[in-house]
Amino acid sequence: MDATEIVGMLAIGFCAGMLGGLVGVGGGVLFVPGLVIFVGLSQLEAESTSLLAIVFVAALGAWRQSRYGNLRVRDGLLIGVLSPLGVLAGTALANAVTERTLELAFAAVQLFFAWSLARRALRPRDEGSDTTPAPSAANG
Amino acid sequence: MSSRLPRLAVIATVGGAFSGLFGVGGGTVIVPLLILWFGYREREATGTSLLAIVVIAALAAATQGTYGNVHVREGILIGIPALAGVVAGTALQQRIPERSVAAIFAVLLVASAAVLIF
Repeated sequence: MDATEIVGMLAIGFCAGMLGGLVGVGGGVLFVPGLVIFVGLSQLEAESTSLLAIVFVAALGAWRQSRYGNLRVRDGLLIGVLSPLGVLAGTALANAVTERTLELAFAAVQLFFAWSLARRALRPRDEGSDTTPAPSAANG
Repeated sequence: MSSRLPRLAVIATVGGAFSGLFGVGGGTVIVPLLILWFGYREREATGTSLLAIVVIAALAAATQGTYGNVHVREGILIGIPALAGVVAGTALQQRIPERSVAAIFAVLLVASAAVLIF
């Protein structure tokens, strides 16, 4: 591990953390490509290592958000507790497919959600009530 | 309540699968689903998702660890400066419109996807 790698990791870490605090993700979308490009990890190793860093980022992010009153603790904990089946399935699949498949699938998922989020960012502001459930089928 | 729990379980399973498969927290899935199914506002979905991610990412990291895929030293080296980034990002989020948050997220996803593809 040389100085360039260390500086790269520090920069990735800061940017990914900022993303986590801004948009409520753990920072994995930047941790993973960052670890591949700057540290030379494989896609699978980068994804796995990213998960470790995410734990710290998400813990601090959740604590900060709770101070702003943006946290529904019960729902958040329930989602975490109910997740093991999905986690085991996803992890097993990641270890079963090729590196290139993993890279392309990762990129495809990012593009899909970029598209759906861009649509939401661009739509006219005519809703946004705090309590009214959004129509679950309308947005597909 | 009876209709909330199954939907939370679906979010948990899908989010967990994304986390284990792609090395992300699962917020990419959890945030939009909380908004779509439960009428969460952007910032509530963000905060609640982060709490869920703590548990999900810990489970997924431990599972990947059993496969021997986790580089602990590198994980810590990016995780520590990320904490400073979280403080900056969370403070910034209170000062910009929710639709801008969605737009920033979209741009960053496209950029990192392009890196992976090319």
